[in-house]
Amino acid sequence: MRLAILTDLHANREAVESVLEHAAGQRIDRYALLGDFVGYGADPAWVVDRVREMVAQGALVVQGNHDLAVVQGPSPQMRPDPRYVVEWTRARLSPSQIDFLATLPLTQELGDILFVHANAWAPAEWEYIHARADAVRSMHATLRRVTFCGHMHEPQLYHLAPTGKAGDFTPTPGMPIPLLPHRQWLVIPGSAGQPRDGDPAACYAVFDDAGDDLTYWRVPYDTEAAGAKIRAANLPQRLASRLADGE
Amino acid sequence: MESDFESTLIVPPEPPQPLAAGQVVDGFRLEQHLHQGGMAHLWRVSRVAPGDGDDGLPLIMKVPRIKGGEDPATIVSFEVEQMILPALSGPHVPKYVARGDFTRQPYIVMERIAGASLRPRLDEAPLAIDEVVVIGARVATALHELHRQHLVHLDVKPSNIMFRPDGTAVMVDFGLSRHDKLPDLLEEEFRLPMGTGPYMSPEQVQFVRNDPRSDLFALGVMLYHFTTGQRPFGAPESVRGLRRRLYVDAVPPRALRADCPPWLQEVILKCLEVQPARRYQSAAQLALDLQEPSQVTLTARAQRTRQSGPLKVFKRWFSAVGAENKRDPDDPHGAQQAIASQVMKSPIIVAAVDIDHAEPALLEQLREAVRRIVVTEPGARLACLSVMRTARIGLDELVDQQGQSRHVKQLVGLKHWARPISKSLALDDGRLTFHVLEAPDAAAAIVEFAERNQVDHIVMGARGNSALRRYLGSVSSQVVAQAECTVTVVRV
Repeated sequence: MRLAILTDLHANREAVESVLEHAAGQRIDRYALLGDFVGYGADPAWVVDRVREMVAQGALVVQGNHDLAVVQGPSPQMRPDPRYVVEWTRARLSPSQIDFLATLPLTQELGDILFVHANAWAPAEWEYIHARADAVRSMHATLRRVTFCGHMHEPQLYHLAPTGKAGDFTPTPGMPIPLLPHRQWLVIPGSAGQPRDGDPAACYAVFDDAGDDLTYWRVPYDTEAAGAKIRAANLPQRLASRLADGE
Repeated sequence: MESDFESTLIVPPEPPQPLAAGQVVDGFRLEQHLHQGGMAHLWRVSRVAPGDGDDGLPLIMKVPRIKGGEDPATIVSFEVEQMILPALSGPHVPKYVARGDFTRQPYIVMERIAGASLRPRLDEAPLAIDEVVVIGARVATALHELHRQHLVHLDVKPSNIMFRPDGTAVMVDFGLSRHDKLPDLLEEEFRLPMGTGPYMSPEQVQFVRNDPRSDLFALGVMLYHFTTGQRPFGAPESVRGLRRRLYVDAVPPRALRADCPPWLQEVILKCLEVQPARRYQSAAQLALDLQEPSQVTLTARAQRTRQSGPLKVFKRWFSAVGAENKRDPDDPHGAQQAIASQVMKSPIIVAAVDIDHAEPALLEQLREAVRRIVVTEPGARLACLSVMRTARIGLDELVDQQGQSRHVKQLVGLKHWARPISKSLALDDGRLTFHVLEAPDAAAAIVEFAERNQVDHIVMGARGNSALRRYLGSVSSQVVAQAECTVTVVRV
């Protein structure tokens, strides 16, 4: 069974379309969508509809912090830019779309795999996995062998041996990595809708349980079109320029 | 939710059941126990049902020896091999077939390479010089291919080297290797240097695991041993003993074996340099020297008759102190993906020059094109090549007298042509070599040279004279069509 894992789509229709087109050539049996479908980008309604469609066809899905923020509306302590984005996004979603985001689970499991947006130790608190110690904390918090997380926009791979030794690795796109069964793995595919590692190409990953092979992919997409929509919508300009730079 | 996934939670590994002949493991029948090494058992196996793609391939199953309970060294290095072997391809590695994991029965099934490893030959050392050279060239060729595939072996030694019937060297045992597109499971695991004592490079002693030139050091140790019958740095078992090679150099091979040619001493001692930057910059460059001894530039290394004196040793000791663990904690990934880039930084470039027939303008244009390519890569080696046409059938009557002088004339012409490049780029440190090939078919000779020496880039001129081209055909278009490397064709 071949799983495609997409996360942090961030209302970026151009990126999502390109990733799904690439995945269509990868003999994917099932999709997993790890949250943050909205926020930053100019196409929240289209992305939520697409996600809803995929879930109806069997895709696994979890909620991200941006999804929750849009469901709850801006909080008093939010700074002006995020507040504007949340309000703008809410105004573009129908009640049923918001309802869909509201009912998403925080975690899902499939055999020995855990899917969660931020981390396994406290999924609702949205703390980040920035370094090896955070990854170890997350892997200790689950009995599942493989964890897929979003939240962090840079692709990364962590592993933990039964002896307690952990390692991290920045993956190369297109290279299958066997997630050997003897250790735990924490996979961060990287953001599809807003990559931040200096490469503007959209991120996603494919996991094939036949050989436990994980492959990270980068898919170039029309960042100018996505950025132009953000500018046209009067969303913060920085959200457009960072797509072109991947930062 | 229904699932195709079998749930396998993390459990400590059970010591696997002892295996017996006749038993079937995941569709492989254990035929015969071949060998029990320190780390693994080897079984000859066959497929119970015909497999896909590997029909007729003789197979072995490698099963780790777990020494009771937890044995991180064995387990992790077996995981490393399970991860790396499927990523490798080509004639210089055994073909990967299947693996089984530690949650049930750990194993790797791979192509069986017949025959013995190089290990027994150590007992026969010193070997004939010619044989040492052939072994060295074949192993260097295999290593270069692996380095190109983003791998450093890090445990090059006779017991990990086998040969196919056609002489192709095959590297085995990737349990300590590093692939720069795969996570390094060993990186965090152990606090001691990893490798085999006698062969470990100075940087391996200092925990550097991503420099392909470490394999050239190990190969140098092996060639030294085969040449002299002695190990250059003994067989230390302590870290302190290992560290000695950072400042105490080996006794020069010629001091131990008078008939070791100076050029071979040059090659071996260059491999054994403490600083990777002073060794060969790629295995292909080493293979080239081993196959073209007349082109080896002799330096003070070739003349050395004894080890360095105490003052020099002290200076090296001083600079070696505290030099380890250069890994920058703020930049844990800075070292990643260095393996293939080291190879790419050190290409072999061939300038194929038609000294006798090319127009002066073309020769000049070609020289400028070559200079521009070489100048971009300080690690590049330039091999200037010309082909001397010999008769297609029978022996050339004039081989001795006239042939010899034609050969020399071509060599002189080549050197003259290359002089402006070697002067402007200061290519006097063995980075520039000259080769006059004798062959009936120039294109075939160039292609063959490029393949044999793992050349990265051929630069040559297009035959300008159309009458000649019509009559003889285009050499460059044949090279473009047949060479496996990049070819640049220069026109006026």
